[in-house]
Amino acid sequence: MNVLVCVKRVPMTGGTIVLTPDGQAIATQHLGFTISPHEECGVEEAVRIVERHGGESVVLTLGPPEAEEQLRDALALGIDRAIHLVTDGEEWDAQATAAAIAAAVEAERAAGIEYDLLLFGNESADAGGYQVGVRVAHRLGLPCATGLKSLAVEGGRIRCEQEAPGGRDVYDLPLPAVVTVKEGLNLPRYPSVPGRMRAQRKPVAASRPARPEPRLERLRLVVPGGQRKQAEILGHGPEAAPRVVEVLERIGVLT
Amino acid sequence: MTVLALVERGPEGPDELSLQALAFARSLAPGEPLHALAPVRGGEGTELAATLGEHGVSTVHLAEHEAFAAHAPVALARAVVELVERLAPAAVVAAGSERGNEVLAHVGALLDLPLATNCLEAALGEPMRLTRLRWGGSLLEEASLHGSPKLLTVAPHAVPAEAAPAAGPAVERFTPSLTDADLVVRVVERVQAAAGGISLADAKVVVSAGRGAGSAEGFAVIEELAALLGGAVGCSRAVTMAGWRPHTDQVGQTGTKIAPDVYIACGISGATQHLAGCKGAKTLLAINTDPDAPILASADYAVIGDLHEVVPAISAEIRKARGR
Repeated sequence: MNVLVCVKRVPMTGGTIVLTPDGQAIATQHLGFTISPHEECGVEEAVRIVERHGGESVVLTLGPPEAEEQLRDALALGIDRAIHLVTDGEEWDAQATAAAIAAAVEAERAAGIEYDLLLFGNESADAGGYQVGVRVAHRLGLPCATGLKSLAVEGGRIRCEQEAPGGRDVYDLPLPAVVTVKEGLNLPRYPSVPGRMRAQRKPVAASRPARPEPRLERLRLVVPGGQRKQAEILGHGPEAAPRVVEVLERIGVLT
Repeated sequence: MTVLALVERGPEGPDELSLQALAFARSLAPGEPLHALAPVRGGEGTELAATLGEHGVSTVHLAEHEAFAAHAPVALARAVVELVERLAPAAVVAAGSERGNEVLAHVGALLDLPLATNCLEAALGEPMRLTRLRWGGSLLEEASLHGSPKLLTVAPHAVPAEAAPAAGPAVERFTPSLTDADLVVRVVERVQAAAGGISLADAKVVVSAGRGAGSAEGFAVIEELAALLGGAVGCSRAVTMAGWRPHTDQVGQTGTKIAPDVYIACGISGATQHLAGCKGAKTLLAINTDPDAPILASADYAVIGDLHEVVPAISAEIRKARGR
């Protein structure tokens, strides 16, 4: 059972987002970076599936040279090796990203490596396009279920559960398949110190695909305005409780 | 110039976000014919079509197939593609719901066209200029969308679902031509949620805590206040990552998006990840030891103090008020 998990490097934005003066990017000089939250669960799931069923787990990212940090993070959690599609830091749109990932999977296939399962996050934390996994599935001729919170691999099939109003919807796909997952799928483990040491020795295969012209072309970013409020301070400590209750009564939630 | 809108069905008629998408679609090409596509089982959809007529749809296309008894995203995308080839619309619009985004992603893949999800504004043109959400709405992106037709989904609540009565819509039924491969991805079973309890998404009151709770046990005071107010318990991502609460309690960009009458956020700093999930709250009360916590910039009211002291005092005060 060979599993590929695709991840994206995104900044940890914290409390307020500050843009670069040209409005082209988030000012990141004081920020750390991470793997998009849904994909952290994808990495964990890939490790668990290979622990249970054997085979190889591989992590792939399309991103700047610094994204090797996120690949090493995934390797530290137990992924076996990494594929880095190196960019010059410019954003790739979803179509271009999917084409490059599908080409990388085809190259693996040509080298004799067939993946049974391709894991994606449902949407990236930053761009939120909701489409790279679906597009890769079409390019590779594979079925794709999205937004999944539970996966179970058995007998060449995968049972997938998706949250829906009032319950969960179930899909049952033949493998090989593409799935896009959401946070809550599992609780990702923390990397151990030996895991981090081993990660430094695991292979990362880097290549530089050419970036096509974007067809969804970002012009600039804008921080939404007019939402900043001046909170009315009701008081300090437990003495504020009577005023809180006054407010709750006024809103009408205290019956 | 026509616009085609994809309509999803809720338990009673078209779902709210789809009606919003129809209003958005009308604004793209005012006065031009608006076509809508809805998936149904054979013979169904007459009432649905009438409702869509009240929302300005001139022609309702009912895609009939047994597979549409449940969600079948690829089959639905094939139906959209069939209509795109027949109508040559300038744009195809769907709700920026999980399913709207999913189906248009399939359409984009089948037609090899770009897709702009969660748009707030757009103007037809070559290229189309639009504004869309990034970071769950914490940041906006102005972008150009190339190719034709334009594929876009509408950010939830970007526009209200206003009625636009028109003369009764034309109703056209068709059976999309589907292969077995188009039917592989479909819902084969529905697992009902356990009954009881107030769902976070629908609760009128949500009481949440973050890292400030200190531990899983620290939520006892939060649960007590939520119970007194008939509300649901929520938490921040830091809490689920620490394993103190299940992910189903998480409010945020990658958790549940809530819209209660009042949201009481205790010991939550207010990362953009969290705020993206509670923007819909009508009133936000923050309880935090730090008067400079980012959440205060989104709060209507604040109490500066430790939740372990403030929250039990509020619960006691509510009991006292009810005893009067």
